[in-house]
Amino acid sequence: MSTTETPATQARAGVLSPISRESFGYTQARHLLWRAGFGGTPDQIQLLVEWGPERSVEHLVELTDTPRQPVEEGRFSRSIIGSPDAETRARYRRARQTNDEEALARLRLERQRRQAQDRKQIREMQWWWLTRLIETPRPLEEKMTLFWHGHFATSYRTIEDSYHMFVQNQLYRSNALGNYGVLMHQIIRDPAMIAYLDNNDSRKGKPNENLAREIMELFSLGVGNYTENDIKEGARALTGYTFEDDRFVFKQQNHDGGAKRILGRGGNMDGDDFVDTILAQQACSNYMCQKLYRFFAADLPDSGKPDRETATVLREMASLFRRANYEVAPVLTKLFLSEHFYSDRVVNQRIKSPVELIVGAIRSLHTPARDLSVLLDAMSLMGQNILFPPSVAGWDGERSWINTSTMFVRQNIMTYLLTGKTPRGYDALADEQRFDADPVLNQLTQGDPSALKDSGRVIDYLLRFTLGQAPTHARDALLGFVETNGGETNDDMITGLLLLITAMPEYQLT
Amino acid sequence: MDLHNAQAFTRRHFLGTGLTLASASMALPAFLQRSAFGLPMAAPGMSSIPGVDEDKILVVLQLGGGNDGLNTVIPYGDDNYYRRRTGINIPSNRVLELSQNSGVGLHPSLAAFKELHDEGMLSIIQGIGYPNPNRSHFKSMDIWHTADTSGTGQGWLGKYFDAECCGYGKGESGSPDGTQSQRAPSASSGSTTGEMQGQPGIAIGREAPLAMQGRKAMPISFETPDLFRWTGVEVHESLEKPYTTITKHGVRDGVDTDSTAGFLMRTTLDAQVSSDLIRKAVRQQPLAQYPGNALGRDMAMVASMIRAGLGTRVYYVSLGGFDTHAGQGNQNGRHANLLQTFATTIRAFYQDLSASENDARVLTMVFSEFGRRVSQNASGGTDHGTAAPMFLVGPMVKPGLIGDHPSLSDLDNGDLKYKIDFRSVYASILEDWLSADSKTILERSYRKLPVFG
Repeated sequence: MSTTETPATQARAGVLSPISRESFGYTQARHLLWRAGFGGTPDQIQLLVEWGPERSVEHLVELTDTPRQPVEEGRFSRSIIGSPDAETRARYRRARQTNDEEALARLRLERQRRQAQDRKQIREMQWWWLTRLIETPRPLEEKMTLFWHGHFATSYRTIEDSYHMFVQNQLYRSNALGNYGVLMHQIIRDPAMIAYLDNNDSRKGKPNENLAREIMELFSLGVGNYTENDIKEGARALTGYTFEDDRFVFKQQNHDGGAKRILGRGGNMDGDDFVDTILAQQACSNYMCQKLYRFFAADLPDSGKPDRETATVLREMASLFRRANYEVAPVLTKLFLSEHFYSDRVVNQRIKSPVELIVGAIRSLHTPARDLSVLLDAMSLMGQNILFPPSVAGWDGERSWINTSTMFVRQNIMTYLLTGKTPRGYDALADEQRFDADPVLNQLTQGDPSALKDSGRVIDYLLRFTLGQAPTHARDALLGFVETNGGETNDDMITGLLLLITAMPEYQLT
Repeated sequence: MDLHNAQAFTRRHFLGTGLTLASASMALPAFLQRSAFGLPMAAPGMSSIPGVDEDKILVVLQLGGGNDGLNTVIPYGDDNYYRRRTGINIPSNRVLELSQNSGVGLHPSLAAFKELHDEGMLSIIQGIGYPNPNRSHFKSMDIWHTADTSGTGQGWLGKYFDAECCGYGKGESGSPDGTQSQRAPSASSGSTTGEMQGQPGIAIGREAPLAMQGRKAMPISFETPDLFRWTGVEVHESLEKPYTTITKHGVRDGVDTDSTAGFLMRTTLDAQVSSDLIRKAVRQQPLAQYPGNALGRDMAMVASMIRAGLGTRVYYVSLGGFDTHAGQGNQNGRHANLLQTFATTIRAFYQDLSASENDARVLTMVFSEFGRRVSQNASGGTDHGTAAPMFLVGPMVKPGLIGDHPSLSDLDNGDLKYKIDFRSVYASILEDWLSADSKTILERSYRKLPVFG
């Protein structure tokens, strides 16, 4: 990963000028942990404050001092789905020819059995990924994996092959903080994507435009930066890009090797030439940096221009992205170190995605993770069913996460994490494990054990940690709550306070 | 509706201090605004907004698992039926005949449907399906939900909410997406904002059905209304008061209403008020006797919410268990029980609605993701098939059979060939019941059917 230009760009003072060590305090460290990961405990916040911005960002982005978490060989079966073997195909042919209804029914049943088994495996994969998100020592790696999953979105619902989803997920993870250009070259070879966007049957004379269209519209350039003709020609370049079982195959006989003209460039282009042509466009780095900015910094207006400062930030990010040959790490490093990133335009201005809400709560408050199925169901109810994005455009995010139903799910999953309590009628799912507040309170009590006696101090401490702010209205209501219950801040009281704080609208912000 | 609660106080406070409705609408949640415009007080059967055709309601009942259409609407006049179903057929003398010489009639367990039919409230559309039928439950259900044979994209009712501006706008809780509703005349609604407050659809069940998920619209969904509330109150009662204080306040002083924080505060208040109203609505005693099962409970809740005037235009309920691969029975048994369950429940539902004079504005649509194969299998059941009948219920439907029964001799690999695309039914409901533009929503024109009047 190239970071060599960091000193050079630092020299030019701009809106991305780096935050000074003195300005990097509790609020900034807390913000960085949430955005470059899924939040941190008070101890972790304190550690980052001590490290200062440079070392903190390097630790989070470069991943040199945290070990990879390899996936054990054979963790998931690759052979549940997959093309039928010759014998099955022959049996099917015979049954069709002889109109053998019983044999046909048997074959159908066999297929249904495999599909049921595969749906079980995709569920296991969801558990597996959620576990990684919760446990990883490399939170930004998993967060970027989630970013790519939403960017190059592919849904199991359509492709119905769990192993392909796994292969794709690993592709995103291994390139999480790597090179976007490399990913673009990989994605046109990815079986899940090829199946999802119907490129497996795209052949010379009958090109399927789906993949070429989405690559330009959603994966790289954005509407307005290509023509319908570019899509047609791009689709020709991608003919013959298909897969067999879980491996990419280039079928020369199906490929249209003729001359094409794409985005002003001509030649007998294939899929790689198509991708390279796109990567050469300035619009590509602009588009990608807008996406990164929305994901890590703040929402941008759907139409119209962002304000001047934000526009400048986006321009500088895009320019750096080009100079770094589409390496992601330098751009994120630059953003995470910038003053802009810690300004009021960015801090506490985003709505947590369902994944951020749940994983963030577990990682920062140190609650038990409890039953992952309950968490996955809640994520789905909140609109983010991982491995099942709603469309090739991924998740809309931001305000679309929130409505009256999802607001209760958001509050109630916090009740579940903090207490194990499930709503009436779901008692069987209730969980007995107690939430231990000590790790959260550690920073308050370690120097001064008597701090717990001062409920005002406890409340301020908790508000600042969970919300990054301490609104007075909440403070008063919480003080009243402690007083009506005897005024003592014991474990139950801390849990009660956290239940109330995490039910506040402000808790949805990061 | 009893307005003696905290929210009503807030409303009267706003109205009483002489603030205009326009400014009230800035701070009041969607449900409150509806009460401000008088919907709960509106006379039964009358539009809440004069001259605006917006109080019609659609209830969708989903039969999950693939209902055996051939043992629901029975082609007793066709020998092929008895030849192919030697063990599970319904004897012709047990079939409830609908009209003379039609050769088709209802399963004896659908006696309640026969009554509805005779009262002019049941329409049976035969041979519903779609091209290249998919026999996977999941896929076929997605196809029905999205009205798209690829089974991808948004739900058809979600798209209806998006297009008709009745769902949530882009994050604008309870308010349209900056664009004005086509059918929300500001003058008659009394609103000076020129916006009609749309209600999201309500789905009873564990999951929000794909059918109701639009690009922006999301239904309120709950299995029981106790789930549509904060569970913290069940942890300890002393949490209720501070919870109310911190969530039921709307936008705080010093917070920009349109900011993300302001939006979250408005939605949080909205959720509290919706929850109170819905839970209060379903505490009413039903006005009819429902069967004592889950569907009966769900439909009674829907009737109560309609009676309370929630202003929700689409409700969604489901009944599962129709995947009868083995031992499905004939005039008695598993399948018969399922038929009886939904028929008697819907009968009770209309009795309930009729007692509150709401029946004329409620259309119920019953569908399943596919029918079953013509021949029974070796286990006394039936495997996944294709075409099947759909039901439309309500005083507004054209009663009787619509379309022809699919042939039992001209089959596609042992499966019925469909006669009518299910999207024709959707189009008819969207256009002629919900007054929506079906072409925009279904992204194609479908032939409408004479199912009303």
